[in-house]
Amino acid sequence: MCLGVPGQILDVVESPLRLGRVAFGPTVKEVSLACVPDAMPGAWVVVHAGLALEQLDEAEAKYMLECLELLEPGWAEEGP
Amino acid sequence: MKFVDEFRDGQVAQALAGAIRRKVTRPWNLMEVCGGQTHAIVRFGLDELLPREINLIHGPGCPVCVTPVALIDQALAIAARPGVIFCSFGDMLRVPGSAEDLFSVKSRGGDVRVVYSPLDALVIARENPEREVVFFAVGFETTAPANALAVSQAKKEDLRNFSILVSHVRVPPALEAILASPQRRVDAFLAAGHVCSIMGMEEYHPLAAKYHVPIVVTAFEPVDLLQGILMCVSQLEEGRAEVENQYVRLVKAGGNRPAQQLIQEVFQVVDRTWRGIGGIPDSGFGLREAYAAFDASRRFNVSDVGGPESPDCQSGLVLQGLLKPMECPAFGKACTPDHPLGATMVSSEGACAAYYRYRRFEPVR
Ligand code: SF4
Repeated sequence: MCLGVPGQILDVVESPLRLGRVAFGPTVKEVSLACVPDAMPGAWVVVHAGLALEQLDEAEAKYMLECLELLEPGWAEEGP
Repeated sequence: MKFVDEFRDGQVAQALAGAIRRKVTRPWNLMEVCGGQTHAIVRFGLDELLPREINLIHGPGCPVCVTPVALIDQALAIAARPGVIFCSFGDMLRVPGSAEDLFSVKSRGGDVRVVYSPLDALVIARENPEREVVFFAVGFETTAPANALAVSQAKKEDLRNFSILVSHVRVPPALEAILASPQRRVDAFLAAGHVCSIMGMEEYHPLAAKYHVPIVVTAFEPVDLLQGILMCVSQLEEGRAEVENQYVRLVKAGGNRPAQQLIQEVFQVVDRTWRGIGGIPDSGFGLREAYAAFDASRRFNVSDVGGPESPDCQSGLVLQGLLKPMECPAFGKACTPDHPLGATMVSSEGACAAYYRYRRFEPVR
């Protein structure tokens, strides 16, 4: 349950909450970016329970996605 | 061996397993704290790659598994009320309370909804001002910032029909309880990566020093887990007991400060009961007095509700590493994922469910 799923930020609305749309494969969700104040569109973030926990680089994100897909097929595409 | 066939890093994994084999000179018990790690270990058969000296024990790091029966009963009592929309992560619906589960309440007509995030529950509350919307706030430190954000936002918006039933647990006090137990078997911990991405590593240094135990913050991918195990074994063999970070690509020593501030603002440290284990001082978060209006337990006056656990379920021993799931007499017989007696058979991250799903009915060796 503490697993995070990597997704790529599509856009950011700064006020008042720092929300953004994040793409998890074909699925797009609105996510709180309140805890990653520097993350901009295009950046990869690990999302858990609707909140981005940290930024990570693209290669790491792709590696993590591959592992998630092996662990639980479908998870990575559905998003957290 | 499932792992090597399926995983593209099979060769790296074999090399790490070889390095572990060369280091080991005597038996060691390593506990992986996080249920996601347990799931990955059993799924990929990582324990089968390891030398026989290394015994992996599966820790209490599954929030679904440690939420006490009394809180499930409170959730059931609230969800059954007319006018309530009860929102929860999907995993919680099948967790047995003392008499039934949330799924039964839903099938009797209760408005129980699965959400991915407490922020989704907040949206439901905004859209249904005439209904009471309750979110079942279960989780470790990883989930706490999202829950804190939902409550702080509800307060800012003066959203009076939103509340959360809090069952938040903290990892370090649980590790201390395991270490202080006279039955202690654990020689080293693989600490939970995503918990530490929020909280950082500072809380673990006093534990490592006081109990002379290596603690390695580890991710959940197969190669990461093997690397974390190698780091633990190196420390043990060299007589070191330090806090190390295998998950450097995500975990910073100080954690995520904005997330910690959110938690601090909304929650305070409280005592908590862990299902199957019992009370552990300071092992949870509860709402601060300033946010008491959002406490579902008070709003619905259910703090006295709560029955006993199934006497047949030994999940407390499983969660402390004292019993392997297949050693429980009910495993796979009276207790299956379709008819779970305990929460560790429900969640995909529960040790009993992982062993059942990947057909581990016999000890590995
Ligand atoms: S197999 Fe079932 S009864 Fe036995 S410990 Fe696990 S959850 Fe409890």
